[in-house]
Amino acid sequence: MKAKEYCHIPYIRYLSDEGEALHRLPAWTENSDVLVDYYRSMVIARAGDAKAVALQRTGQMGTYPSALGQEAISTVCCSLLEKEDVLIPYYRDLPGLMKRGIPLSDVLLYWGGDERGSASEAWGKDFPNCVPIATQAGHAAGVATALKVRHQHQVAMVSMGDGATSKGDFTEALNLAGVWQLPIVFIINNNQWAISVPRKIQSGAPTLAQKGVSAGLTSIQVDGNDVIALHEAVNAAIKQARSGKGATVIEAITYRLGDHTTADDASRYRESEELQEAWGREPIKRLRNFLYQRGLWNEEKEQALQKEAAALIDKEVKRYLNTPLPEISDLFDHHYAQMPAQLEKQKQHAIAKAEAMNMGGVHS
Amino acid sequence: MNSSVSETVDQSIPKEVSEKLTMVEAVNLALDHAMADDQDVVLLGEDIGVNGGVFRATQGLRDKYGLKRVMDTPLAETLIAGISVGMATQGLKPVAEIQFMGFIFPAMEQLICHAARMRNRTRGRLTCPMVLRAPFGGGIHAPEHHSESTEALLAHIPGLRVVMPSSPVRAYGLLRAAINDPDPVIFLEPKRIYRAVKQDVSYDTAILPLDKCFTLKQGNDVTLISWGAAVKETMEAANTLQEYGASVEVIDVATIKPLDMETILTSVRKTGRCVIIHEACKSFGVGAEISAALAEEALTDLKAPVERVTGYDITMPYYRMEDHYLPKPDDIIKAALKTLSFH
Repeated sequence: MKAKEYCHIPYIRYLSDEGEALHRLPAWTENSDVLVDYYRSMVIARAGDAKAVALQRTGQMGTYPSALGQEAISTVCCSLLEKEDVLIPYYRDLPGLMKRGIPLSDVLLYWGGDERGSASEAWGKDFPNCVPIATQAGHAAGVATALKVRHQHQVAMVSMGDGATSKGDFTEALNLAGVWQLPIVFIINNNQWAISVPRKIQSGAPTLAQKGVSAGLTSIQVDGNDVIALHEAVNAAIKQARSGKGATVIEAITYRLGDHTTADDASRYRESEELQEAWGREPIKRLRNFLYQRGLWNEEKEQALQKEAAALIDKEVKRYLNTPLPEISDLFDHHYAQMPAQLEKQKQHAIAKAEAMNMGGVHS
Repeated sequence: MNSSVSETVDQSIPKEVSEKLTMVEAVNLALDHAMADDQDVVLLGEDIGVNGGVFRATQGLRDKYGLKRVMDTPLAETLIAGISVGMATQGLKPVAEIQFMGFIFPAMEQLICHAARMRNRTRGRLTCPMVLRAPFGGGIHAPEHHSESTEALLAHIPGLRVVMPSSPVRAYGLLRAAINDPDPVIFLEPKRIYRAVKQDVSYDTAILPLDKCFTLKQGNDVTLISWGAAVKETMEAANTLQEYGASVEVIDVATIKPLDMETILTSVRKTGRCVIIHEACKSFGVGAEISAALAEEALTDLKAPVERVTGYDITMPYYRMEDHYLPKPDDIIKAALKTLSFH
C-alpha cells in the first residue's frame, strides 16, 4: 500500500490565490479587526524584512535570512500565542518576533553581529534565533516539560523549515511530545527549499506533517499563505496543547520568495518561472484582495500604513545603527555566573590590548 | 592563603548522622538531598526510574519524588540534552544521566551550541543551570564503547564546567555544588571506583567548590596530579614513593574546567617536579593543558621536565586487553623517579 493511502493528512485552506473565499468562512472572520491586524502586521514585517536585506546589501548589517513570502505563518502563529507562552523560533521568524513585541532594532542588532540583540527584556522567556537546524525542537520539548512539571497552562511553540524535518532532533522531539503528551505546537514552514535542496528530494514522505502521525500527534497541513486557514489550525493546536491534550504538527505550505540568505543566490538552482508562479500565491496580496472585496481596506488606508511602516522602520534602524559597541569585558562576562580565575586573566589581557590599540599602539 | 582543600575534609562529617557509602551511593544521596532541598531539581535519563539507573545511581528516587521529577526518557541522547536546555531556561534544574560517556556524542551539539552558549548569547537573559552526569572510564570489563575517557573534548568548550570526583565524599560535595551551580556542569563519574571504597557521607557533608583542586597529600619533592579513577593508582604510587623516602604531594584536580592552576602552580613551585596522570589518551589531553600552563608560568621553578602518565593514543581496547592501556602505579612510580633523578 502507498503511504498516501494509509496516512491521510487533512489540508486546510479558505482563500483562493486571489483572496476569494473558497467555502464558508469561520465565524470569527466576521470580526474584521483580527484580519486587518494580520494584514497590517504582515505589511510592516515585510517592510522591515526588506530593510534588513537592504542594510546587508549596503554593508550595514551581516548575513540575513529573509522571511519574504512566509509572513502569514509567523504572524498568525505569534498573534495567537499569549505573552506568557514560550516561543522557540527558527532564524526566519522576523514577522513573529515583531508580533511578540520584540523591537525590530533587536533583531537587526542580532543579525548585525551583536548578541545583545537577543538580550532585552522584550524577549521574556522566549528563545533567541536558532541557527543550528532542528535543535530547537528539543528545547521546545524541554520547555513544555518544564511547564507540565509545574502544572502551568502555557504552551511552547517551535518553528522550523522543511529541511529541519529530516533531522533526528525533530523526530526525537515529536516522539517525546507524543509519549509525554506535551503542550507543544510544532510549526513546519515548508517553503519548498532548504537552501538549494527542493522539497521533493528532502523526504520521500508525501507530506511532512505525517511524520507527526508516527509519534501519535495531531498532524495537519495548512495553506501557509492563507491567514484564515492558519488561524484555524494554529488556534486549535494551541487550545489542544493548553488543555493538556498534547501536541500538534502543522505543516504550513508556503514558498521562500527570497534567497536562503543574503549570502545565497537562488537563481543558481531555481527556475525563474517557479518563482514567478509562487508570487501569484503570496500571502499579503491575497489578504489585501480579500479585505478590499469586503470593503475593509482601501488605498487611503494602504498609503497610511506604508507611511506608518516606514516611520517605524526608520526609527528602529536608527536605534540599531546608533547602538554603541559593547565593552570588551562584555565578551567575557556572560560565560559563567562566576568568572573563573583563568578567564579573568584573559579578560584583562583583552581589555589591555584594546586600550593599546585605541592609542594607536600595539596591533596584532 | 592556601586555596587547596585538604583531605581532612573527608573526616569532618558529624559521625552520628553519617553513613559509610560507596561513591555511587554518595551520588544517589546527593541527588536525593538536592531534590529534597529544591523542588526545581528534576532527574531525567534512560532507565533511571523504576530501574534506578544501570549503576543504581538513582535507585529509590522515583518512588520518593514521583514520575514528574524522575523521568525515564526515550532512548535518545540528543533529546536528553536538548530538553535539559529547554527545562533549564525556564528555571528548572535538570540533572540528566547519559548512561555511559561513550553515548554522550549525540548530545554534543546541544552542549556546544546551546547549553554552553545560552548565557552568553542572551547576555544572561536565559541560563542553563543543568547537570549532565555520565559514568566514564575503563577497568570494569564493559562492552565496547563503554570505557572511554573523553573529558578533554568537553573541557575544550567555553561555558561548560567539567567535574570528575574521585571519592565518595567529593562525589557528594561536588555533585551538590554542580546542581546548585547556575551554569551547565558535566559531571563525570569514574565507574571503576564507584564501589571501590566507602566513606562517611551525610547531609552535613561539605558542598565543595567547583573551581578548586584538592590536595590529598602534602609533600615537598614531587607533585602528582590526577583526577577520576586514576587518583586511586596515583595514591598507591605516592604511598610506595613515600616508602622509598620521597616526600610526595598529590593533587586531585576534580574540576578540570575551569582549571584551578593556582593550586597546581603553588604546589609545583614548591616541589619543582611534576607528574600528571590520566586515563584518557595522551595527545591534546587535559595533561597537555596543565603541562603547557606550567611551562608558561612556572618554567624557572621546574627542576625537571613535566612527566605524563596516560592512556595511549589508541582506541580504548576492548576489555581483554584494557589493562595494557590503563596507567598502573608502577608507571607512575617510574615517572616520578625519573623526574626525581633529573639534574
